[in-house]
Amino acid sequence: MTALRRYPVLAALVLGALFMVVPFAVVALNAVKSPAEYAAHGPLSLPHGLYLDGVEDFWRRVDFGRKLLNSVLISGSVAIGAAVLSVLNAYAIGIGRIRGRAWVLAFFVLANTLPQEALVYPLYYLSKQAGLYDTRLSVIIVFTVIQAAFGTYLLSSVLGRFPREIIEAARIDGANRWQVLWRIVVPVSRPTIGVLLVFFFIWTWNEFLLPLVMLISNDNQTVSVALGVLQGQRLMDATMTNAAALLGVLPAVVFFLVFQRTLTRGIAAGAVK
Amino acid sequence: MTVTALRGGRAVRGRHDAAARPLRPRSSYVLFLLPGFAAFLVVVVVPFLMNTGVSLTDWQGVGTPAWAGLANYRELLDDSEFWASFRHSLFMVVAMAVVPTALGLVLAAALFDFVAKHFGARTAALLRACFYLPQVLPIAVAGIVWSWILAPDDGTLNDLLRAVGLGSWQQDWLGDPDIALYSVMGVMVWVQLGFPLVVFMAGLQRADPELYEAAELDGAGWWRRFRHITLPQIRPEISVVLLWCTIAALKVFGAVYVLTKGGPGGATDVPSYFSFTTFFEKTQVGYGAAISTVLTAIVLVLALVGLWFQTRAEDAEEGGRA
Repeated sequence: MTALRRYPVLAALVLGALFMVVPFAVVALNAVKSPAEYAAHGPLSLPHGLYLDGVEDFWRRVDFGRKLLNSVLISGSVAIGAAVLSVLNAYAIGIGRIRGRAWVLAFFVLANTLPQEALVYPLYYLSKQAGLYDTRLSVIIVFTVIQAAFGTYLLSSVLGRFPREIIEAARIDGANRWQVLWRIVVPVSRPTIGVLLVFFFIWTWNEFLLPLVMLISNDNQTVSVALGVLQGQRLMDATMTNAAALLGVLPAVVFFLVFQRTLTRGIAAGAVK
Repeated sequence: MTVTALRGGRAVRGRHDAAARPLRPRSSYVLFLLPGFAAFLVVVVVPFLMNTGVSLTDWQGVGTPAWAGLANYRELLDDSEFWASFRHSLFMVVAMAVVPTALGLVLAAALFDFVAKHFGARTAALLRACFYLPQVLPIAVAGIVWSWILAPDDGTLNDLLRAVGLGSWQQDWLGDPDIALYSVMGVMVWVQLGFPLVVFMAGLQRADPELYEAAELDGAGWWRRFRHITLPQIRPEISVVLLWCTIAALKVFGAVYVLTKGGPGGATDVPSYFSFTTFFEKTQVGYGAAISTVLTAIVLVLALVGLWFQTRAEDAEEGGRA
């Protein structure tokens, strides 16, 4: 193919990619402008200098450090808890090949597709009864279970193809079920479990509806909920909006850069079956 | 998928029975399922049953629910807000499933079959990363970014239109009831596009490069290679992505909450947001439960149909191979 026909296609693709990324750039650009500068020159001008007071001011006003800590604590606990639960379930289904496992698996898949709207009011009500309302623990418990549904589904199909000779050999050497699981199955499946940990962490970080309902007080809110509520109140001026957006985007970009390879690999593993 | 597994299960069991193995060892694996099962009972099954039960009552969230039978559902049938919210759901399916899948297919084929070949795999990977970036962004943050870009007075989009001399195209993108739904759809395409793209590109890795070379030698153009090699190759991915995205579109909540709060005047209301406001703002818990039950029924039917199609496709594939 001639270069003449090659470059227009590339140009179109690059243009499309730019369109995806431009909002991020515009946010970064405007987060470092002073309100006066923004008012004078609008959103499209280049900033004259680095004005970080807006970001600092926003950080202090919403106690952003606390929100970050909450998000990390909740997402981290959920990732680990859901991975453990998925491993236990998948061990019984994929390797134990228990009776009726197809039905058990179908149950988990359907539980995974259930809209949270159908659970939210009872969960709100039950957590109030149990004294767990407006605690981070309530959100951790709920998402550990919800994320484990997907984990069980993915891990079961992976463990279903686990080389049985390895397990037989360990059994002959006298290892019991529990030891086989933690000393052989888990170490061998580490790549898949790693992918699950990443997914669970990011998904929980991005969750909105249930944390919005369950976490009322400022001290317990996650980054997503705090920013969403602020936006909903329509109290922010343009500079503050951009400071908020920048602080919300940064962790996501960090995850993205750190986990990009893992993510792509994981999606490939999950997509086929 | 499930049915294949079931059939596999029977086959395995048959062999075991023939060998007259004792049952005990296999059943002890059930113990590993107990924690997961108990947790699901408390967090998913019981709340779901409660929600369905409450949908048959008249309840404000305090006191004892009063039995109402199917009254809530009868009321839904006459509620124009309810019908409007589901009509908007169809628009969301277009914006989050149909358009991203179609665009994702073309982009994946272009990146895989064209950019990677002529400009190197690194260029393709970089472009793919750009398209995927919005997917890792919390929806609340995406909402903040876009509601500022689409703001009527000092929004970036209107400013940009003014700067290039298209001032007459300026709109109150999220505030005009005739436009708001399309603006939200546009944002959702932006959010969703990376997912099908990445899945399709992963699927294309399985394609035999010789197939493409042979087709190219035979003089097949880009379009014919796309239709006759790319599409059949990733058909399983296409159906999984379509189903997954359709379900996600039916459940969309965060974007509507942050961008428009269902407004203006209900122009962008969707079932999940409608049930949320009915639960927590109007505190008509019974009615809200009925809305979410209808939504759940639709999602579950879709999921079951999807699973059924997947099994059938796998069966056909196995039949072809045998």
